[in-house]
Amino acid sequence: MQCSLKVVIVGNGMVGQKLVELLHASERRDLVITILAEEPRPAYDRVHLSAYFSGRDADDLALARVEDFAAHGSHLHLNTRVTAIDRDARCVFTASGESIAYDHLILATGSYPFVPPIPGKDTATCHVYRTIEDLEAIQASARDARTGVVVGGGLLGLEAAKALRDLGLETHVVEFAPRLMAVQIDEGAGQLLRSKIEALGVRVHTQAQTQSIVDGATARHRMLFADGQHLDTDLILFSAGIRPRDELARQAGLVCGERGGIVIDDHGRTSDPHIYAIGECALWGGRIYGLVAPGYRMAEAVAAHLLGHPGNGFQGADMSTKLKLLGVDVASIGDAHAQTEGARSCFFIDEMQGIYKKIVIDAAGRRLLGAVLLGDTESYGNLLQMMLNDLPLPERPGDLIATATSGNTALGVDALPDTAIICSCNHVSKADIITAVRGGVGDLATLKTCCKAASSCGGCATLATQVMHAELKKMGVAVRTDLCEHFSYSRQELFHLIRVEGLRSFDELLRRHGHGSDGCDLCKPVAASIFASTWNQHLLDTPMAGLQDSNDYFLANLQRDGSYSVVPRMPAGEVTPAGLLAIADIAQRYQLYTKITGGQRVDLFGARVDQLPAIWAELIAAGFESGHAYGKAVRTVKSCVGSTWCRYGVQDSLHMAVTLENRYRGIRSPHKLKMAVSGCTRECAEAQSKDIGVIATDKGWNLYVCGNGGMKPRHAELLVGDLDDARLLQLIDRFIMFYIRTADRLQRTSVWREQMEGGLDYLRAVVVDDALGLAAELEADMQHLVDSYRCEWKATLESPEKLARFRHFINSEQPDEHLAYTAERGQRRPLHHHERHEQHETINVDTHP
Amino acid sequence: MTLPAHITTDLQWIRVAPCTAIPTGLGVGALIQGQQLAIFRCGDGSLRAISNYDPIGAAHVLARGLIGQIRGQRVVASPLYKQHYDLDTGRCLEEPQVFVPIFPVREEAGYIEIGVAA
Ligand code: SRM
Ligand SMILES: Cc1cc2nc3c(=O)[nH]c(=O)nc-3n(C[C@H](O)[C@H](O)[C@H](O)COP(=O)(O)OP(=O)(O)OC[C@H]3O[C@@H](n4cnc5c(N)ncnc54)[C@H](O)[C@@H]3O)c2cc1C
Ligand code: SF4
Ligand code: FES
Repeated sequence: MQCSLKVVIVGNGMVGQKLVELLHASERRDLVITILAEEPRPAYDRVHLSAYFSGRDADDLALARVEDFAAHGSHLHLNTRVTAIDRDARCVFTASGESIAYDHLILATGSYPFVPPIPGKDTATCHVYRTIEDLEAIQASARDARTGVVVGGGLLGLEAAKALRDLGLETHVVEFAPRLMAVQIDEGAGQLLRSKIEALGVRVHTQAQTQSIVDGATARHRMLFADGQHLDTDLILFSAGIRPRDELARQAGLVCGERGGIVIDDHGRTSDPHIYAIGECALWGGRIYGLVAPGYRMAEAVAAHLLGHPGNGFQGADMSTKLKLLGVDVASIGDAHAQTEGARSCFFIDEMQGIYKKIVIDAAGRRLLGAVLLGDTESYGNLLQMMLNDLPLPERPGDLIATATSGNTALGVDALPDTAIICSCNHVSKADIITAVRGGVGDLATLKTCCKAASSCGGCATLATQVMHAELKKMGVAVRTDLCEHFSYSRQELFHLIRVEGLRSFDELLRRHGHGSDGCDLCKPVAASIFASTWNQHLLDTPMAGLQDSNDYFLANLQRDGSYSVVPRMPAGEVTPAGLLAIADIAQRYQLYTKITGGQRVDLFGARVDQLPAIWAELIAAGFESGHAYGKAVRTVKSCVGSTWCRYGVQDSLHMAVTLENRYRGIRSPHKLKMAVSGCTRECAEAQSKDIGVIATDKGWNLYVCGNGGMKPRHAELLVGDLDDARLLQLIDRFIMFYIRTADRLQRTSVWREQMEGGLDYLRAVVVDDALGLAAELEADMQHLVDSYRCEWKATLESPEKLARFRHFINSEQPDEHLAYTAERGQRRPLHHHERHEQHETINVDTHP
Repeated sequence: MTLPAHITTDLQWIRVAPCTAIPTGLGVGALIQGQQLAIFRCGDGSLRAISNYDPIGAAHVLARGLIGQIRGQRVVASPLYKQHYDLDTGRCLEEPQVFVPIFPVREEAGYIEIGVAA
């Protein structure tokens, strides 16, 4: 019998989890793995912790599920803190007194946030920023807070400041040093960063040393500073650095660093050969690595050693970083402060566009030692590779950063050796990406799943894409963002051409900007949609008709048997009894199957193409109009009953929803657009799952954007709070038009937002702060669409030429004899394919009412 | 017009509709001797006729599809699941083992006519 090896891991953070995955993947059957974890849930993505505030929940951040451990025969104990190690008996003790034996013990205990010993810090509204529980606590105390202060202007502090700002607090950053992010960036960049952050409304106080916290006069607390100044605030968040959690190791007598950290060798071994340490609690070569990638490398070294095939082990790691902090791009590479003997620097500063770049070059002028980039981090990937791979510098190194966008002077990815690490988070080399591409991978999403490149911090996405594209090109595969073979433009570019050149027909568009003589089923509907969003002509006007998708062409939704569904508009789900009676009467006479849709209205199914005009004529006579269920267009505005009836409603959500639906009805967009309005925070209309969600507050309306409830649910994000009616409409006008102008074909707002450079901050800058100076134009364009609205069905019924198309055969009045139905739950439905040859009491439907 | 090579028998031409009944870029359904056909007028004004039945979607809907060109082949995209059928050969681009029947079509004295075996 093989004897088993007991492996105990303390801590299930990001690095501990990495080790678990590596051991699980090893297929070694003789390992019995026990994980003792203090937190109440398995490992999650701490790096993206802030996303928790923008709608991600704990599940979205999860790196593992409880079932995954059991599936590999491992034992995960949550809520279990280890309190002591008995090295002689080789066992650990937990807080509940249990002892667990080990052959190999791995400490992956991470670090804790350092809170300076300031008198008064222990009040309930002082927080740190490390775990999901911390975030929940911050969220809870932000609820009745107006102001928030972050103590610490480092990388994490600024991220925390963003979180406070997103929670709607007036936000301050208090930094002891003379500048922000003192570790990563230099003086010049620090100043620019400060001015950019202040422009976003975050107040920065540098050289401010907090001496004590007392009760405030205008807010809960007052912070007293060494220089006699003070600041009143409701919430305080400490982000003043981290300290390794080495207390277990110290107690057990393992060698630790003077300023903290468990000393390890290249294989992750501590001073006890049975105990390893990895991640932020470990001290290697005299330093703690506060980033996840080096921790992963340590986990790999330990896994290799445990599994009996140790290589070179951990060899140190690069600490370069690229981040977006409060919407500002910041990157720091290598020796950012030019501390290397004889180092010289080149600078590029553009105060107009807020760009600062510096590169640090060795004394001989041959090698790149480091760089600082702010405002434009486009060249991060290239510069990093230059440094890591010792690539020769160009003759005039300053050219590397000489322009506002240095994309052109970028080194070709061909210059990189195959061993170059493109994704440092996941240790993916250029060769790994090339292998994946040769194996058929052709887009970034697939690359992420198959070799993990760009799947963590995302900093390498540009470079990984470049490597992928270069290889695709070599393989003769065309790399394109083109709409289709007829247009070498994206949808956004086509929109621009059509608008600026005033083009009004597909033929003209194709002649001027396309290839071939015909177009196809990709570019035609896109052009049709852009024409509609720009000029708002009727869909079935002669040159337009042939461009429409089949649903748009018949102004109805095609069903699986070739029949159609009919959806009248019912703004906000409100309908009178008389309206319901009219619908019921029509449905009964045409034998239409009826169902309440997920969008709060009634769908009538099973209409033949030749019946559509008559059905619509009756619906319109009863006061209904087209619901555009067939179009990539504004669909429904869902609403709760709000203050009209509900005892909790704080605003009239119904009235607002009806207003919105009537304002934006039928507007064509890159994909469908859905909205909802809730009358209070209970959110019965599920507004946060919509492209545009409006939630009533006692002061007005909160506007949420870019949610989705479909294939990949995404919570909408708060764009602005407490708007009055007019401002709400104004911002929605701008938002919709900006989306219509810039999104890709069939891209919902959620995906559009996910792929937006600059994220929510950018969107907010454009829509709310009018950073592009577009607002007036967007509003005017929207007003044109609102003013030129006509019910498409009404206009169709008035035109004999359009009506002539609603028939199944050009040369016969007969309906499609293939349509066959059976009864189910009191209504009819089309036969399934396999039922066609069985005995079914089919229902005759060609009776004209 | 040139006929597909596999049609060898003598043809009888059946009148369907006036030439103006199908504008450029559009399609219509037609009932010919109990069979459902889809007739299209392509971008260059020429006509094509195929069966109206989409064998993948299992419904008579091809006449309602968008037409266009893909790599030089004239195609219709099924309105149901968007597969493309080559209008000259009937072959499905996405699933090349699937074919739809094609029919001879012409314009004669102001009318569209479909050829059927005599
Ligand atoms: C009828 C309805 C289901 C029902 O019986 O309730 C429905 C039916 C269809 N949905 Fe839906 N969706 C319906 C509400 C929804 C909802 C719920 C809602 O709107 O509150 C969602 C999730 C919310 C969202 O969109 O975020 C929804 C997410 C989808 C999606 C996924 C979209 C996405 O981006 O993730 C598709 C597929 C697509 O659009 O590509 C889809 C596509 C479709 C299509 C068009 C599929 C098709 O091509 O046949 C269905 C045709 C409708 C028809 O024939 O009339 N339907 N669909 C609902 C009509 C609502 C209305 O009054 O207009
Ligand atoms: C908001 C935020 C943003 C960040 N952004 C980035 C970034 O952009 N890039 C980057 O590289 N890094 C970033 N980091 C740092 C990164 O998250 C850490 O480097 C990484 O999580 C370290 O992993 P770890 O496993 O060593 O520690 P942790 O993830 O902290 O895990 C340690 C675990 O051990 C548990 N534990 C400790 N003691 C015990 C005990 N006695 N018994 C049982 N369990 C115990 C802890 O509860 C914890 O769950 C960020 C961190 C934060 C907080
Ligand atoms: S959201 Fe809830 S409380 Fe508000 S109106 Fe609707 S039902 Fe009433
Ligand atoms: S470098 Fe972080 S994901 Fe690739």
